[in-house]
Amino acid sequence: MNGYLHLWLIPLLPFAGFLINGILGRRLPKALVSTVALLAPLASFAVVLNAARAATSGLALPYAEICPVGWINAGMLHIDFSFVLDQLSLVMLLVVTGVGFLIHIYSVGYMHDDEGYARYFSYLNLFLFFMTVLVLAGNALLMFVGWEGVGLASYLLIGFWYQKTVAAEAGKKAFIVNRIGDFGFLIGMFLLLANFGTLTFSEIADKLAANPAWSGGVLTSIALCLLLGATGKSAQLPLYIWLPDAMEGPTPVSALIHAATMVTAGVYMIARTHALYDRSPFALSVVAIIGAATAIFAATIGLVQNDIKRVLAYSTISQLGYMFLGCGVAAYSAAIFHLMTHAFFKALLFLAAGSVIHGMGGVQDLRKLGGLRKHLPVTFWTMTAAVFAIAGFFPFAGFFSKDAILYAAFLQGNSGKVLWFVGLVTALLTSFYMFRLWYLTFMGKSRSPEVHPHESPWSMLGPLVILALFSIGGGWIGIERFAAYLAPSTGPLSLETGSAHLELVLSILAVAVALLGWFIADRFYRQRPEAPARLAAAVPAGYSVLAHKYWVDEFYGAVIVKPLMAVSKFVLEWVVEVAILGGLAWLLGGIATFTGAILQRWQSGNLRSYAAWLAAGAAALLLFALVPWTTVLANVGIHFNVAGH
Amino acid sequence: MIPLSWYLLLSATLFSLGVVGFLIKRNLITVFMSIELMLNGVNLSFVTFAHQWHLVKGQIFVFFVMVVAAAEAAVGLAIIIAVFRARSTLAVDRIDLMKL
Repeated sequence: MNGYLHLWLIPLLPFAGFLINGILGRRLPKALVSTVALLAPLASFAVVLNAARAATSGLALPYAEICPVGWINAGMLHIDFSFVLDQLSLVMLLVVTGVGFLIHIYSVGYMHDDEGYARYFSYLNLFLFFMTVLVLAGNALLMFVGWEGVGLASYLLIGFWYQKTVAAEAGKKAFIVNRIGDFGFLIGMFLLLANFGTLTFSEIADKLAANPAWSGGVLTSIALCLLLGATGKSAQLPLYIWLPDAMEGPTPVSALIHAATMVTAGVYMIARTHALYDRSPFALSVVAIIGAATAIFAATIGLVQNDIKRVLAYSTISQLGYMFLGCGVAAYSAAIFHLMTHAFFKALLFLAAGSVIHGMGGVQDLRKLGGLRKHLPVTFWTMTAAVFAIAGFFPFAGFFSKDAILYAAFLQGNSGKVLWFVGLVTALLTSFYMFRLWYLTFMGKSRSPEVHPHESPWSMLGPLVILALFSIGGGWIGIERFAAYLAPSTGPLSLETGSAHLELVLSILAVAVALLGWFIADRFYRQRPEAPARLAAAVPAGYSVLAHKYWVDEFYGAVIVKPLMAVSKFVLEWVVEVAILGGLAWLLGGIATFTGAILQRWQSGNLRSYAAWLAAGAAALLLFALVPWTTVLANVGIHFNVAGH
Repeated sequence: MIPLSWYLLLSATLFSLGVVGFLIKRNLITVFMSIELMLNGVNLSFVTFAHQWHLVKGQIFVFFVMVVAAAEAAVGLAIIIAVFRARSTLAVDRIDLMKL
């Protein structure tokens, strides 16, 4: 034991899986494809567990592994392939590879009859490769590689069923919207390079620590640029629009990429660069406001969605808003805590929804589901655990993490109390729409009697049960212990202005709100099923706004997409086609015609003119050979430097 | 002994006469004879230098040139006859197309 953890294996094992299944997958038997696809994340998870074991038995964190061969060496700029293990990346890695492995198992059942079985798993492994690179990266550029890579994997998997136009379009939308965020990330990196001369996270933190007076100004602009990147990847206002459409991908993909791991990359990035945000109160308040606004905004849309996956998608956006809110009140460890519990229960929700869709033969409209409790008992019970967890009932996981964020927000003065209140209302909405989904899916009578639902195979139910256990017990570690553990990488969680009494009151309030949400959902969807339609008819304007998702897509379409398309079309048709390509062709043709017109005079066919040219050429050669040019030129002042004299 | 330059001057004069004849004469046969004149001008300088430096190489060159000129005359005259048959003229200015 030399204490070397082989961190590089964590990303490279899934990458090997990607290569094998990507290149050979179509020719390999299905069992072998599954074996490779499952072994890669499992082995990766084992390496992470080994690292976790080392970290708990005295390994000094942060622990870095740097590739001896540098990556970029250009003048003052030195960037390495450096993987850094600290408390933050360890937690993140456990979530990514652990949940990732479970979802791989689930996918074996879910995707069993799909034609693109090997392709699916190679993409999934590719995603894990980039995600672990993102998490382990010791500098912003390597993180950016992972960041772009998960975007690529996300694009490939959203558009996995590329024969469906909607899926292909959704993939493009996700990619393009993310590019806007990536632009912010890039600018942020340039600003970091210009002001710090380095992209290594630890060096940036050291430089900030060495200048305690440095705050605001350029740090704010860096933080805001990085925030733009984070809003793109984590589907926050104003760049959240891609995530609901991303539901066109296979459901396990929604669970892994668009709920549990990739979309939390923005939160992770903010926590990773928290030293910058700590110095910029303005950027922090922007993060908090974006988080709170997104949380309540997405939750209101989630109230009226009829597609089971879309409800979960808006719920994901809303929960990510909580995480941003946590980051914005400098409670990074609370945000990461929520990230972790959310990964459990939201992955579970999606996988359970996938199990429902699988059992119903593809039906995912809430209006056509119902009464599935008896047919899908395991799915029902695991999903119930997840619903209770996300609604924030004690002692489920979501209660602890959501409570920690709301409590931290409450302690941030008067503006913090506003944020807290928004969070509380969001909790009410969350509870309502989750129980709405729960009632519509599992309770009452089936609204599609022609479908005979069947419970999913155990390869799908196993991950559900494991995730359900985590959704129930994942929060028991407690925010105090979790924050204390994370403190070396995310800074301490300062809650000293609060008291146990206040925390208890807030917790009771949060649970009461969740109960209220359940109660309303119960009234609406169990006792009086006609009530929702009546309410919608009573306030048609309000319902229409929500059902059309505030017309944000239409607004972006009219304000950004249409003008951009018009400009692009003009550039393509007139500038590129006519001016550049047409002009170039015309120019080339013109030059050829013109030179031809001149040169053809030599080719007269006249013997004597040929002879004359021949004689003139001979005379010229003779002249050149006989005249002592160096002497002549020396006489007019030009000297040839012969042999170095 | 006649100096070297006289021979060379004569050779250059013959060659130049050949060039001028080639350029200004219109009749293909005259043009052809001008070529022979140029060849002989060159032959003269070969012989001159061979004599001057007592080297036999120059003389051998002259033989080669004469052989080539004889062969060329045979082929050239045949071509001229063919051209005359096809075009009914021997004016070089008129014979300016590559095809018939």
